[in-house]
Amino acid sequence: MTSANLAPDLAASMRLSRPRLPRWAPVLALVLTVAAAGLPAMLLGWSVVGWLALALVLFLAALPGWAWAVEGGRSAVDRLMTALIWSAFGIAVIPLVWLIWTVVSQGASVISVEFLTYSMRNIVGSGGGIYHALIGTLLVTGAAAVISIPIGIFAAIYLVEYGKGTQLGRWITFLVDVMTGIPSIVAGLFALSLFVLLFGPQFRAGIGGAVALSLLMIPIVVRSTEEMLRLVPADLREASYALGVPKWRTISKVVLPTALGGIITGVTLAIARVIGETAPLLVVAGKTDSTNFNLFNERMSTLPVYIYYSFTQPGIAPPGVSDPPGIARAWGAALVLIVIVMVLNLLARVIGKIFAPKKG
Amino acid sequence: MSVTTSVPEKAPAKPPRSLGDRLFSGVARAAGLTILAALAGVFIFLTIEGVPGLSQPTSTYAPNHDFLSYVGPLIYGTILAAVLALILAVPFALGIALFISHYAPRRLAVPVAYVIDLLAAVPSVVFGLWGARSLATYLVPLHEWLYAHLSWLPFFAGPPSVTGRTIFTAGIVLAIMILPIITAISREVFAQTPRLDQEAALALGATRWEMVRMAVFPYARSGMVSAIMLGLGRALGETMAVAMVLSASPIVTLNLISNTNPATVASNIASSFAEATPAKLHVLIATGLVLFAFTFAVNFAARWVVGRNDRRMSR
Amino acid sequence: MKSTSIRRAIVPGIAVLTLALTGCGAGNEASGDSGSGLSGTLNGGGSSAQESAQAAWRAGYQSANSGVTVNYDPVGSGTGRENFISGAYMFAGSDSALSTDGGELDSAKKRCGGDVIEVPAYVSPIAVVYNLPGVDKLQLSSATIGDIFSGKVTKWNDPEIAKDNPGAKLPSTTITPVHRSDDSGTTANFTDYLEQTSGGTWKYPTDDTWPIKGGEAGEGTSGLVAAVKAGDGTIGYADDSQVGDLGVASIKVGSTYNAPSAEGAAKVLALSPKVTGRGADDMAIAVDRRTTEAGAYPLSLTSYLIACPTYSSKNDADMVKGFLSYAVSTKGQQAAATQAGSAPLDPSLQKQAASIVDKISAK
Repeated sequence: MTSANLAPDLAASMRLSRPRLPRWAPVLALVLTVAAAGLPAMLLGWSVVGWLALALVLFLAALPGWAWAVEGGRSAVDRLMTALIWSAFGIAVIPLVWLIWTVVSQGASVISVEFLTYSMRNIVGSGGGIYHALIGTLLVTGAAAVISIPIGIFAAIYLVEYGKGTQLGRWITFLVDVMTGIPSIVAGLFALSLFVLLFGPQFRAGIGGAVALSLLMIPIVVRSTEEMLRLVPADLREASYALGVPKWRTISKVVLPTALGGIITGVTLAIARVIGETAPLLVVAGKTDSTNFNLFNERMSTLPVYIYYSFTQPGIAPPGVSDPPGIARAWGAALVLIVIVMVLNLLARVIGKIFAPKKG
Repeated sequence: MSVTTSVPEKAPAKPPRSLGDRLFSGVARAAGLTILAALAGVFIFLTIEGVPGLSQPTSTYAPNHDFLSYVGPLIYGTILAAVLALILAVPFALGIALFISHYAPRRLAVPVAYVIDLLAAVPSVVFGLWGARSLATYLVPLHEWLYAHLSWLPFFAGPPSVTGRTIFTAGIVLAIMILPIITAISREVFAQTPRLDQEAALALGATRWEMVRMAVFPYARSGMVSAIMLGLGRALGETMAVAMVLSASPIVTLNLISNTNPATVASNIASSFAEATPAKLHVLIATGLVLFAFTFAVNFAARWVVGRNDRRMSR
Repeated sequence: MKSTSIRRAIVPGIAVLTLALTGCGAGNEASGDSGSGLSGTLNGGGSSAQESAQAAWRAGYQSANSGVTVNYDPVGSGTGRENFISGAYMFAGSDSALSTDGGELDSAKKRCGGDVIEVPAYVSPIAVVYNLPGVDKLQLSSATIGDIFSGKVTKWNDPEIAKDNPGAKLPSTTITPVHRSDDSGTTANFTDYLEQTSGGTWKYPTDDTWPIKGGEAGEGTSGLVAAVKAGDGTIGYADDSQVGDLGVASIKVGSTYNAPSAEGAAKVLALSPKVTGRGADDMAIAVDRRTTEAGAYPLSLTSYLIACPTYSSKNDADMVKGFLSYAVSTKGQQAAATQAGSAPLDPSLQKQAASIVDKISAK
């Protein structure tokens, strides 16, 4: 990126390039087009959205047009793409920020010590908390991660390092692709029928939920890890082999650390993907109002199940209050869930930094 | 160990392998086999439970009359929603990924990447709620605008929904849901592009876009496809958000903005599962099997396309 | 090496975290002794409509028996009945009684080794809700409701609606009927009501699934209510306790128009005959939607608790008996009415249900 910034300066000082637009050209074009779009918008009484949409279209035409006149065609394409990428970012950020803002603003007022340390046992009406669901989510997702991260990473290692071109490798690649398409409720039903077969019809426990979640998690871990391992340059592996390092140490000390950042992103994504699953957990892990620390015995509530049922069965609103008590609890729980993932994400990044090979 | 050419796995003479090596490759192979076993288990389960669903009494498929007419509109709805979501999400996702990896100033790129990752964690129930209660209402004017100006297209034939809970809105919600997945993976892939290739392109006088197109994209192609496929997988299998946003009916229509929309397979399973009789449950699992087979076909096609491209590139 | 120091830190870190997690229960969970000496876990599940009432019953029962944990999975009536038959649940909640034609009742009898107990425990009026600015009061006959939902009446100022609302000023807004997109007992009871009372104008079967293709639909009660709220000129049907500030139509019973009320719903249930050909402890009721009794509200949902008369262990039997007794007691019915907006059972039905539940015993 430094080189990209350096290039124009260098070129300008040597005066070997075509004339270029000044640095402030995009800003000027933006201001002018917003103003130009404002005229018809105001005359025809458009909304702000219409005004901005027109401004964007004008800007996407004006800046490349100007660049085309001054700098030539290639540069105009470059300007157009830069503008498009910036606007893609700008447009996409709106719903994202809106959504997060909704969750934070609705959830923040609910969170209190009581909300975090109380379960729903014997709570009717307002009050109560998410302690039991929080414990359930941490345990079930933790167990799912313990099952699927090693399997996923090792399977990816097999695919990239050992099984390339073999029949088994092709089959696994293929089936991992298929696995991405398992509807989550089907994973839940599968886990349920498996455990019911093994332990009798009344079996409901957190571990069943963990198995169902791993089915959803493994393909994401495999696909992203596989992609990252493939990107590790062959030179690095060869250099390591040349030093006489055995293959398994090359993989664990050279290949994995190099790809670690990407692998962690993949794993975090996978956790984020399954931590919000509702249907399989309700089917296998069930629902309870009380705290349960044992993954292998009895029902366990989890945050998504808690959120879902707080929304769908919110109770009835006390007189004079517009929302039933469940709605507020649901937003609070959603915020907590997001914060958990945020912390996990941060933690993973810190760990990744520590284990990553030193650069430079 | 002998120094091999570009593909170390295909070393012509196999050196004696140490215990660690054997153990490691054994573990890796076992992990692969576990996946095979798990998938075989799911497949067998789905088949055993689903096949009886193909031939249940007519009333089970109400308001349709047999399995094909029951699953047809669902598959159609699934494809329609997923395709809409991909059309909307892919350009934005790749744009944001490029923005983070190559365009944005570093001070902006890091927090943006972080926010996008966070978004992947928002539970789909919350997406559903936000979509149904906030977004849908705000999109009603857009529905009316599309109907007023583009109703000659079959997609916008209308009459526009008064609640905004259409497959168009569902497609937008799905697009926002899959955006983080596609962005996160393609961003990592873009960032892994060899620095030398990029600098060489710039040194030859390429503009930044030409550098991206010629040095980054070819390198990242398989990763991008992988990211898109993962996004598609989620879009196809997404349950709660679609169920909550969509005003669904068992029909086939091209109309994106009316209040009559086809349901998706997954959302239909979620909606019907709770009150399902055993007969209906077989039918639902059979639709799950169909979705499974369908995703499989899509993935297969994508792999084939990537494989063909790679072969052509390496030639 | 740096990694070793990290490893050294991680292990105790995890240990401390686990201790912190397992060390303390939730702030509101007393681990004291049980009032009744009972302890264990009582698992049940089924109808999600009952969930709010179940929460009230759980709280009441667990407060008196702190050694017992009652769990209720709101997985839906169908799954609840199935899991009861398979033995996964000790009791089930269901929006409809066990059916005879699918062999469900027989399988349930086999599971229990005798007759099955079915008692009505949760009765809730279903309200016809609408969102039409400017119209605060709406009266509808069942034939009109049927015509609106089947798409025959499409404008709010249709003469058919005007006939039910003499003197009301109705706008020409298009009617958008909203139905449930998920399968639900509410839909089954609504379509049953239309089928029985519309005098032949409603031509669709009674089913959990909405029988008409197309139209606006909402997921769950909350989704439906949200859809009705969001639109202009919308109409739908929902559990009376969840309608919030939406307009509620009065329906025609005999020659008067009655608004939904808990008393009205309980009254209809008390007047309705029991389904014949079932065991003495099976209180399955065929709700009489055609009643013309003053103050009655025949559009309602009746949800049952299903259990066995005998259980193999005394502890199980005592827990089921205790919990169900509380649920159908006047106290339990009142708790559900406050928490879930349901209609307390009519005294005679309540006594009958209580005496049936009281028979639960160990083998």
